[in-house]
Amino acid sequence: MTALCITGGRVIDPASGHDGEADVWIDDGRIAAIGAAPASFPEHDRIDAGGCIVCPGLVDLSARLREPGERHKGTIASESRAAIAGGITTVCCPPDTSPVVDAPATVELIRQRAIEADQARVYPIGALTAGLDGQYLAPMRALARAGCRAMGQADRDVGDSHVLRSALTYAATIDRPVILPACTPSLGHGCAHEGPVASGLGLPGIPVAAETTAVARIIALVADTGARVHIGRLSSAAAVDLLARAKADDLPVTADVAAHQLELTESALTGFDTRAHLRPPPRSTGDRDALREAVGAGVIDAICSDHRPHEPDAKRRPFEASDPGLSGLETLLGLVLARVAAGDCDLATALARVTAGPARILDLGLGTLTPDAPADLCIFEPETETVVDPDRFVSRGRDTPLAGRTLPGRVRTVLVDGRVRSG
Amino acid sequence: MVEGDIQIAPDGRLRHCLTTEGMGGERITEILDLAESFAGVNDKVIKKVPLLRGHTVVNLFFESSTRTRSTFELAAKRLSADVLNIDVQRSATSKGESLLDTIANLQAMQCDLFVMRHPESGAAHLVARHVDDDVHVINAGDGLHAHPTQALLDVFTMRRHKPDLSERTVAIVGDLRHSRVARSEIHALRALGVGEIRAIAPRTLLPVDLEGLGVGVYEDIDAGLADVDIVVMLRLQRERMEHALLPSSSEYFAGWGLTPERLARARPDAIVMHPGPTNRGVEIDSRVADGPQSVILEQVTNGIAIRMAVMALVAGTAPQREGR
Repeated sequence: MTALCITGGRVIDPASGHDGEADVWIDDGRIAAIGAAPASFPEHDRIDAGGCIVCPGLVDLSARLREPGERHKGTIASESRAAIAGGITTVCCPPDTSPVVDAPATVELIRQRAIEADQARVYPIGALTAGLDGQYLAPMRALARAGCRAMGQADRDVGDSHVLRSALTYAATIDRPVILPACTPSLGHGCAHEGPVASGLGLPGIPVAAETTAVARIIALVADTGARVHIGRLSSAAAVDLLARAKADDLPVTADVAAHQLELTESALTGFDTRAHLRPPPRSTGDRDALREAVGAGVIDAICSDHRPHEPDAKRRPFEASDPGLSGLETLLGLVLARVAAGDCDLATALARVTAGPARILDLGLGTLTPDAPADLCIFEPETETVVDPDRFVSRGRDTPLAGRTLPGRVRTVLVDGRVRSG
Repeated sequence: MVEGDIQIAPDGRLRHCLTTEGMGGERITEILDLAESFAGVNDKVIKKVPLLRGHTVVNLFFESSTRTRSTFELAAKRLSADVLNIDVQRSATSKGESLLDTIANLQAMQCDLFVMRHPESGAAHLVARHVDDDVHVINAGDGLHAHPTQALLDVFTMRRHKPDLSERTVAIVGDLRHSRVARSEIHALRALGVGEIRAIAPRTLLPVDLEGLGVGVYEDIDAGLADVDIVVMLRLQRERMEHALLPSSSEYFAGWGLTPERLARARPDAIVMHPGPTNRGVEIDSRVADGPQSVILEQVTNGIAIRMAVMALVAGTAPQREGR
């Protein structure tokens, strides 16, 4: 494997606190050093990163790759290539594929397809309950041995609190974190934030209470079981408050937010724009601002893409009948940088939420440029602006309500294991 | 707002009729005035004018309806259009064809105007966005969102009884949360500058942020009906009980049903309206529904004139107003 030096860039590694112009030395797929060349560094190639930020490759905790089961929406090959185009070197895919990721063979299939694609790293999340049906525990130990770093329920709730308590206890036994959705299904039948926009459009609303009741239950069970729980995709100020209190009590609970939740509000639905049919739904301006603040303050640990590619027909239906979700891999970095541009937080903090933060939640040993870490890097031009143009997406999914928006930053080069990937 | 834009053609004419939101008082008044002229047609022996001769109107109802569909059909026929009624239960849609494919096929048959009712909010907007430039869409009710022609016929009826609406108080009673009629009516009444709008219902049947639309909320019907000029009753659907929004129809009637005693709190010359079909003994007492203050059947008659006006306007065949 060729040795490599990335020269002249501003290197930001939130995990180690490094921030400054430096050379990055890579050997045998791993970080060899930052700064001066290590002694007797072998003959190497160079990548000029002048004017660029060099940071760890982004780690995305929630991206649907649609395979197995929904290849008409996307494949592991197409979507992991889109991840690279977005500067993302690691994607964690929820277990709601078809079949569900509740057997080691499915984990193996996904891993094999990812190896064949040879793009981003892919970590399948194992199912917490068999078939995600919330009734029986999935074979978590076998799934962990097959390579699942965490267990989860995708969007599906475990209705029976006894089953959930058992599942969390068992997951703690095998030392795996659990990723849970923040929605109580019986309150979450709608398709829009229960607020003035949904009222005006006549769309069934999802109240904030759908999220807070779920988060409160999760926190109570974390306190009871000691399990590590990561709450996926918060959307409301009230849930952020509950999370902050749980963290103040030193409970092992973390959370992420989808990048688009930091940008959109319920007004994105105006005119029945099905591209803004998302789950959880974009909420009020106050909710969005609270999420932004929580990202800056570290109450929210990670920002994910919540990537959900669709075939075109999925959105060519009346709003409620359309499929929820957007194509988010290729706008994740831009949305994160937009928060920096808006002054919500500094660049290192923002990058921590898409590198060290998510990597730490799943114990991936990634998301850092410390010596001997895998050389997964994202090199981007911070001063270049990019207009979101879905027609130019690498992803098969072309739906985003952000189309036409100008976002800061442009990904120039992405490396996984020290090798440049195509994107 | 996008909603207001999509139904207006670049030259400022009404191209589709999807919602009363953003329609503006002047345009609503234009529709009401045109409907007045068509009301005369309906009283003649030969109830026909040639304004839509050569046009094909498709009634595409994905939800069952008798009254609305019949009045649209009559309106189209009185404008001399050819009318095609699609039985959606037997159509390709039930075989899995998408809504937009159904529309594309009907367009290929050179249909000019779609009157569409659909259980999903926004369905008419979706179709309007995808039809050819010379094809028009009239929303005959989409989900919980809008029912503009019902709202227009309601305000038409109100104006006939209470010419100056700016001095009037209108109470809308019942399930506003699930009522497309109420939403459209509130927008239309506000555009026409009505004096005061009140919503009267138990809290489970009220949409959030109704106050944001400039509507006063009353949970007590006796207080809400005090001195109102117009009472609009809404139909209560049985499934609201199944969804745990109400304990029972009898409890609802006891709390919010319109009885002669309660109506007595309104102004003596107040009129009572209902978009139909009425549930007697659930939201309205028969003595009120059939009483002297009821204009419920007038609403049905006025529906034909309003729908003639809307069809002629969107098709661009309406007589031009002076000064246009």
